[in-house]
Parts: sequence; C-alpha cells; structure tokens
Amino acid sequence: MNNPTLIAKSAGSLREAFGKSITKIARINKKIVILDADLAGGTGCHHFLKKYPKRFFQCGIAEQNMISVSAGMASLGLIPFATTFAVFALRAFEQARLSISYTNLNVKIVASHGGLDTGPDGASAQCIEDLACFRSLPNFVVLSPCDSNEMFQAVKTIAKHKGPVYMRTGRSNVENITKPARKFVIGKGLVLNKGKKICIISTGMQSSIALKAIKKLKKLKKISPTLIHMPTIKPIDKELLIKMSKKHKVFITFEDHNIFGGLGSAVSEVLSENAPNKIIRMGIRDKIGKSGEAKELLKEYKIDGEALINQVKKIYK
Amino acid sequence: MNISKIKILKELSNQARIYSLMSIFYAGSGHPGGVLSCIDLITYLYAYKFRIKKISYFNKINRNRLILSKGHSAPAIYSTLAALKVLRYKDIINLRKIDSIFQGHTCRINTPWVEASTGSLGQGFSFSIGQALTLKFLKKKGRVFSIIGDGEMQEGQVWEGLMLAAQHKLRNLVTILDYNKLQSDNFNKKIINIEPVKQKILSFNWNVLEIDGHSFYEIDKSINKKFKNDKPTFIIAHTIKGKGVSFMENKPLWHGSLKMSVDQIISSLKELDANNKLIEECKNYE
Repeated sequence: MNNPTLIAKSAGSLREAFGKSITKIARINKKIVILDADLAGGTGCHHFLKKYPKRFFQCGIAEQNMISVSAGMASLGLIPFATTFAVFALRAFEQARLSISYTNLNVKIVASHGGLDTGPDGASAQCIEDLACFRSLPNFVVLSPCDSNEMFQAVKTIAKHKGPVYMRTGRSNVENITKPARKFVIGKGLVLNKGKKICIISTGMQSSIALKAIKKLKKLKKISPTLIHMPTIKPIDKELLIKMSKKHKVFITFEDHNIFGGLGSAVSEVLSENAPNKIIRMGIRDKIGKSGEAKELLKEYKIDGEALINQVKKIYK
Repeated sequence: MNISKIKILKELSNQARIYSLMSIFYAGSGHPGGVLSCIDLITYLYAYKFRIKKISYFNKINRNRLILSKGHSAPAIYSTLAALKVLRYKDIINLRKIDSIFQGHTCRINTPWVEASTGSLGQGFSFSIGQALTLKFLKKKGRVFSIIGDGEMQEGQVWEGLMLAAQHKLRNLVTILDYNKLQSDNFNKKIINIEPVKQKILSFNWNVLEIDGHSFYEIDKSINKKFKNDKPTFIIAHTIKGKGVSFMENKPLWHGSLKMSVDQIISSLKELDANNKLIEECKNYE
C-alpha cells in the first residue's frame, strides 16, 4: 500500500513558503528557534524540523503553555517563532497578551489556516477573528503577506525586527504577484494597480484574487480601479491611505476575515480620522463558516473575484 | 546549614515581612497573606542560594533565576531585595503608586530583578520552562526556580507545562509550590481540592519533595538535594498564609486585595518587632 497523499505538504501555499523561508533564514540567524504544537506538517515547519531538529521545540497540543514558554525563551535572547493554526493562537490569546505583548518580548507567532481559505475542515478551523484580536494587543505588528515571494521577504524582515509579531500564512496554493527581490518593509502598502475613482485595499491571499478581478474589469469594461495590497494590518500605512483618499471617490476593503476588527476596520479608522471617504468593507459579514472548498466558500460568502467585480460595477452604475 | 546562618536568614525574612506590609499599607491595597507565606522561600533563594549582593547580579547570563508565578505576591520580591539592601526601602515603598516601577504584580519592564511579567496565573510557570529550555539549549549554567500558588494549580496551563518539562528532561528546573491551602475566596478544599498533589506530580514524571516552607533548614536541604536522574524537581512547601502576623494566619480574608488600617499595620509591625521609627512613620501616615 502506498502512503497517503498529505494535503498539507502541497507546494505553493503560504504555509509551505513560510516553512521553506524560515529554514533558509535560520541558516544565518542562529538565534531562530521554532516552537510547534503538533502541527509541523500543516504549518510548513516540517522543513525546519528536518534541517534543524535541535532548534525545533515540540510543545505538544498545549498552545497556552507554548506561548508563555516562547516568551521565556525570548527573554534570554532567542528569537522564537511559535507556530500553530490561527484558531489555536487565539486559544493562547491571553498568554500572548501578558507573556508577550505586555512585556514587549521578541516572539513571532506565525499561524496558518486563517479565514474561509481553510476550507473543508469547517467553521471550527476557519479563523476569521485573528487579525482583529492581535491588532488589539499593544506592541504587536500584524502581517498577512500575499504570496511566496513576499512571505520570504516578510520572514527575513520580522526575524530582524525586535518585538512581537503575529503573521498569518495560508492553506491554499497561491500564485506569485510580487517580485522575489522586493524588500519587505513593515507598515508599507504596495500599489498593484494605479487606477481611478475606486481604491481597493486587500490583504493576504485576497490580493491575488483582487488583481485577477481587476485584469478582468480592465478587459471587459475598461474600468481600472486602484489596487493596494496591504500586508501590514498594524501599523497600517496611514500615509498611503491618506494620499489615496485625496485621489479617489470610494474605497473597498477586501479581506478573508470578519468585517469587524480586521483590515476594513483599520482602513476605516485611519480615513475617518484623517481623510474621510466612503468605505465599503468586503469581508465575512459577521457569519460563521462551514465545510466546503475554499473557492466555493469565498463565492458563497461573497468575497471572491466575482463579488468584487460586481461591487465595482455597482459603483459605476 | 548551621544555626547562625539560619538566624541571619530569619532576621532578613522578618525585615522583608515588615517592608512588605508597610508597602501594602502605604499603597492602600495588596495581598498580604500570600506574601507572608512565600517570603521565607524567596529570602532563602536570594540571600543564601543566589547570594545576590548587587543589582548587577541580574545582568549575568550564567546565573540562577527566580520567577514569581503567583504575581500578586510581588511585594515579597521587592522587600526581600530591600532587606538585602539591593533595592532601596524608600523606593519599594512606592509599591502600586503611579510613576513607580514597583507594580502591583511583578512586571518585567524597567525591572531587571523581575524575570517575567506575571499576574495571570500559570504563565510564570510556563515562562520558567522557556528559560530552563533555553539555558539547556545554549548550554548555560544556572537553574530556573519558580514559585507557584496552590490555587494556581487549578489552571490548565500548569498541567500542560508539567508534561512539557518532564518530556524535555529539564533537570535545571525547580518549581516550588507555596502550599498555604488558601486561595482568593476560600480554602482550596472548598474551591477545587488539589490533593493528592504529591501523587499527581510524581505521576507526571517529576522528582517531588515535601517540606515545611518556613524552615530554612528544610528549604536548604530540598533545594540542594541531588538526584541521579534528568527529571525536573517539584517542591511542595507547606506554608501558612499570613505567616508571622497572628491575626492574618490561615484567614481567607487576608488574601486580599485589601486595605490595611493604621491599627492593623501597627499591631503587625509590633508583632514583627519592627523598629520604632518605622512604627512612628506609619502612625503619622494619612
């Protein structure tokens, strides 16, 4: 009998990109260690385990302990990357608060399985609240890169950054839309398309969906909205948002996350305080997920490319 | 450990008790009961085992560490260091005041003598495991001690940590249970009984010792006990909540957070044989 095909290890996903990136970067940065809660196969950390078994700390299915342990390790100068699924990072949220955030310790929490992209495992595993929760913790930087190229650069940057970081990876495969050599700067957005009237702000894997949708719009309708990929949810690129607000009539935020507390909220906060504009928040509208393929779910919850195209068309009517 | 050394430690811990209660009195809030139960353990570690003489002790990497996981007993840490003249009495007396670094629960920021920010039970224990893992990984010397409360044993995180520390064979880890049998609202037994705690911890693959947590002789013996295995060590220290002040001893109400009256602080200080200058100071405090 052949071994079963493990879905987790399919190439091209952000979690695999994370696993490969951290393994590469750890070759030079000897302070990097990984903490895992029995999910190395699913978070991409199996790459690291294979190469650096002594720097890989298995913590078992006990995330609360793992997060405080990682803080203890950071207090003695290591750079711990504590890895799990996003929902289980939330399980240790209060540990992240006191042991990491309140003490400003150099721990990176990297979580896969964010949003409906998690797919068939269903609602319990689909974390649609992580960006909101971690955004509320002082000292935390919150990231959601969009592709494998950006993931590598982001890992490189956060390994150097002193302080707590929460970073979302992803389960499904995603194409590269950014260049491999582009340096990742925390707090900077990336203009993927310069357009008019509408400014779309997206994060994570939604950015590649949005880019495809814009290409379609250009072809079919000769409509070209601006598209900004916002890999840093906190601190958000305030300067860029204000600049764009002056040039556009309406904003659309586009994320695989609850509409409360994530990218949509972060953009709304900056604009309403500094450069008020109309904002349409596209995200999960305070609903619970369910089983299904990622594509099917994004369609049903109206955060796929088609939903974005319809939203843009509606504005033009 | 000889009698003269025990006498010195007793004097130090008595002074630390006086400073703790005074700082809680001045703060107008705090948790005296649990401070008085763990203060002999802290005095032994800081004065005799770690031999801390200056603040610079805390800058070294190869050294012993203590994490107070029951963070509400923070004054015990500050006042022991003040009794050792490592910190100044006039500074630690600003406990819980705005602009003071002496926070109500131990906080790591701007305080090299605090290893971990604690106050949410269970976390300091896990933090100590992280430090012990790191020292082992980096092949550094020193042991990591933590003091945890008996009510704290009800946190699930503690049992996660107990499993992990045994799994990773952390022989450099020592956890001391300040077993005063009382928690915030009542006796452990009336909330959730943690017994049989010795059997429980033994079954988690730790070395377990049971001592009188107010006997320096027994504390010394347990801390220096050598084991021929790689297991972490758990010391069940039977203690008395409110130890040293008769009207506080074994009384659930003295857990806190509470405000001490002038009468209460003065009779506490008299019982602890504090010098008259300190008693006068309290009398004149509005």
